[in-house]
Amino acid sequence: MTVNEIKDEISIVICGEAGQGIQTVESLLIDALKSAGFYIFCTKEYMSRVRGGANSVQIRVSEKPVSAYIKRTDILIPLIKEAVEHLGERISKETFIIQEDFSGEAKKLGDTVYSNVIAASTLAVLFGINREFFYNLVEKRFSKKGEEVVQKNKEAANKGFEIGGKLSLEIEIKIQPKADKNDTLINGAQAVAMGALAGGCNFIAAYPMTPSTGVFTYLASQEHEFGIVVEQAEDEISAMNMNLGAWYAGARGLVSTAGGGFDLMTEGLSLAGITETPIVIHLGQRPGPATGLPTRTEQGDLNIALYSGHGEFPKIILTPGNLEDAFYLTQKAFNLADKYQVPVFVLTDQFLVDSYYNIKPFDLSNVQNQHFFKETGMEYKRYQMTENGISPRGIPQFGEGLICVDSDEHDESGHITESQAVRMSMNNKRLSKIDMIKGEVFPPELIGSRDYKTLLIGWGSTYLIIKEAIERLGRDDLGFLYFKLVYPLHDSIVDYIKKAEKTIIIENNATSQFGKLIARETGLVIKDAILKYDGLPFSVEEIMQRVSNG
Amino acid sequence: MDKNIYDSKTEIAWCPGCGNFGILNALKDALVELEIAPKNLVIVSGIGQAGKTPHYLSCNFFNGLHGRALPPATGIKAANPNLTVIAEGGDGDMYGEGGNHFIHTIRRNPDITNIVHNNMVYALTKGQASPTSGEGFKTPIQVDGVFEEPFNPIAVAISLGASFVARAFSADMDKTKEIIKKAILHKGYALVDIFQPCISFNKINTFKWFKDHTYYLEDNYNPQDKVEAFRRSLETEKFPLGIFYINDKKKTFEDNLPAYSLNKEPLYKRQVDFNKLKSLVK
Repeated sequence: MTVNEIKDEISIVICGEAGQGIQTVESLLIDALKSAGFYIFCTKEYMSRVRGGANSVQIRVSEKPVSAYIKRTDILIPLIKEAVEHLGERISKETFIIQEDFSGEAKKLGDTVYSNVIAASTLAVLFGINREFFYNLVEKRFSKKGEEVVQKNKEAANKGFEIGGKLSLEIEIKIQPKADKNDTLINGAQAVAMGALAGGCNFIAAYPMTPSTGVFTYLASQEHEFGIVVEQAEDEISAMNMNLGAWYAGARGLVSTAGGGFDLMTEGLSLAGITETPIVIHLGQRPGPATGLPTRTEQGDLNIALYSGHGEFPKIILTPGNLEDAFYLTQKAFNLADKYQVPVFVLTDQFLVDSYYNIKPFDLSNVQNQHFFKETGMEYKRYQMTENGISPRGIPQFGEGLICVDSDEHDESGHITESQAVRMSMNNKRLSKIDMIKGEVFPPELIGSRDYKTLLIGWGSTYLIIKEAIERLGRDDLGFLYFKLVYPLHDSIVDYIKKAEKTIIIENNATSQFGKLIARETGLVIKDAILKYDGLPFSVEEIMQRVSNG
Repeated sequence: MDKNIYDSKTEIAWCPGCGNFGILNALKDALVELEIAPKNLVIVSGIGQAGKTPHYLSCNFFNGLHGRALPPATGIKAANPNLTVIAEGGDGDMYGEGGNHFIHTIRRNPDITNIVHNNMVYALTKGQASPTSGEGFKTPIQVDGVFEEPFNPIAVAISLGASFVARAFSADMDKTKEIIKKAILHKGYALVDIFQPCISFNKINTFKWFKDHTYYLEDNYNPQDKVEAFRRSLETEKFPLGIFYINDKKKTFEDNLPAYSLNKEPLYKRQVDFNKLKSLVK
C-alpha cells in the first residue's frame, strides 16, 4: 500500500513512556531525514514526569516546507500498548501502525536502550536512507561513549534496517528529498536564544522552569564561546533583580521564565519601570493557574505580561509565531529595550519553543545592534528632562558622571522626592514613551485574500497553523491577520477589522485575552472566537473545521 | 584624595541622634582612606532607613527594592568587575525580606561588601519586630513579645562559608571604619553587621545596652579558625565585635565566570562577535 493520500508528505508519530528514550528516536530520525534532504516539522507533547506515562512526538516529512502541527497520523510507532488510546482521534483507519517488538529485539542485543536506534533506523530505511549514511550519524552521536557503544548501536541499526526492509514490502513511501541540505533545523527555544546572542545578550540570570529552560540551557552552552555571564539564581526574584543590576552596569541581560516564575518577577518589573532600566523577558507560556499543566501549551499569559508590575509604565510585547520571528524579534528586543529604557517581552509558549522545522540560515547581513547609553560628564543627571522624554542613560565608569537610580519617585538627579510637581513630570516623562514606541511598531501581516469577507486574527505560535489551514481551505473570502507585536497595538487593525464582514479571533486560551486587548485599545468588540485551552496546540485540521463551521 | 569628596547636599531624613550617622561617617572615611573614587563605587540598597544611605553620599547608586539589594549588587559586579560594589541595608531588609538572597549570595561569593545596619527593629514602618529582635521584644504587632529565635547573621554566614564575617558597633567610629576598610579590601563576599541603636522605636537595645552587651575579640584572636569563629558567633550574653572569620582562598563569583577567563573588559565595552554567530546559525 501507499501510505498517505497527499503523497508529498508523511506524518509519523512515535509514542512511548517518559524515560524510554523517544527523544533519542526523535533526534536521530530528524537528524537523518534532514541530512538526507527532507523537509521536516517536529513537535512533541509530554507529561510532567521523568518516568512512565505516555508522551508522543510528531514528525512530518515532506517534499515541501512544513511547519505546523496536524492531527493526521500516517505512521505510528507505538512503544507502549496505551499508545493508540493516548493518541485518540489522531489515529484513524488509515494510520499504518508498526507493530514490531522493538524492545524485545533490543533485549536480544543486551539492553532495551537499543530499541530507540532500532526504531529510528526502521523508519529511516522506509525513506530510502542508506546504511552507511545512518552509520555515520550513529558514530557522530555515540563516539564520545566509546567504540563498544558505537558498535552495539550499529548492530541495533542493522536490526532496524532488517525490520524496515520487510516493512517496505507493505508500505511504499514515494516522497523525495527536495530540501536544501544547507537548511538549518532548529526549534523555537534555539531561535530565541540565538536571537538573544544576535541582540548582544551577554548576561542571563534565570531559574529553570518549563518551557523556558531551553533558552537558558542554550545560552549556557554558548557561555564560553560568547563570553556570556550565566547564573542560575536562587529564585526568579533574584534572577530579575540581578539582570536589572547587569543592565544598570551596561550589560544586556535576559530573563527566561514561565508564568509562575514571572509572577515572582513582577516586583522587579515595576522597578525596571520606575528606574527606566531596560530588561528583556522571555516568557514561555504554559497553562495555569499556578502549576497548571506544566509541560503543555497555552496563550494564557498575555494579560499578566500586559498588566504586570504595580504602577503605570510602558512596555513592549513581542509575540513571534515562527522561527524567523523568534530570532529577529528577540534580537530587536534588546535594542528596543535599550533605546526606550523599557521592559520588552518575547512571549512564546511550549508549542513554539519545542517545535523544529527546516529554515534557511538566519541572514545576519541586516542585523545591527546599537548601544544607546552615553558617556557622561560631571553634571550628568540620570533622569534629565528632555524634549522627547528619553533621558540619556549613563553607565558607571563610562565618563565622569554619577549614575543614581531609585525605586522611589525621584528628581532628575535620581534622589528621592515627594514633590507633586516632580512626580507628575516624571510619570508623564515615562508614560510619554509609549507614543514614541508606537511610531516603531510594525504592522500585522495579512495572509490569504486581500479581498477577504471573513478576517481571522491570531498572534504568536498559532501563526503557522492558521496559515496552513487557510492555504488548505483555499477560500478567496478568507484573510488572516498575524500579530507578532501585540502591544502597543498597531493602528491599522481598525481598518482591517472594519473592512471585514465577519472577524474571528483565534487564541490558545479560554478568555480571548488578545480580543479583549483589541476591544480596550480600539473599542471594536470581536464576538466570534475560536478558543482552545486543553493544553494542546490547535491542529491545522481543527482550525479548518472550526473556521468552516463559522 | 579630597576628604569631602563623598559629601552630598541631599537633606538627611534620619532622626537626629540615629545610629545611622555613625555608620555613614565611618563609611565615608573608609572610602576616602582607601582612595576609592566615587565614579568607581556603586552602592546598592533596598528599602528602610538604612536603604537611604546612598542618597547621603556622592557616588553611583542603585536604590532598588526592599530585600533585593544583593541580587543587583551581584549583577553589577558581574557586569563590571572593575567597580567597587557595596550592598547596604537594614536587618529587616537583608535578613528578613532578603533572607534567601543573603544565603545564596554568600554561597556565590561575589566580591562585594554587605553592610547591614542592625538595630533589631523595623524603623521605617514605625516599630515592628525584625528578624534580629530579641525574645520578649514587645511591639504594636508582637503584643506579647517576640517568641521567635533571633536570627544570628554571623553564625549563618560562617556556617555557609562566607569569606569575610565581621560585626561592628556604630558608636565606635574608628573601629567600624577599620572593619569596613578590611571588608572592602577583602576579595570576596564580606559581611559587616553593624549594631546601631534606634532612638525612636527600640527602647531596649539602646546605646548603653549595646555598650554593656558587647566586647571586642581579643588581639590574638585567629579569624582563620572557622570552628572557633562559629563558637564565638553563638555568644549572646555579650556579643563579640570585630572580624570573626576570613577565608581569603575562596574563589570569587566573578573569577568563576568564563566570560572573564580570556577577556577582562566589562560587558558594556563588548560587541557581538558576528563571525562566531554566523557559524552558529548556519
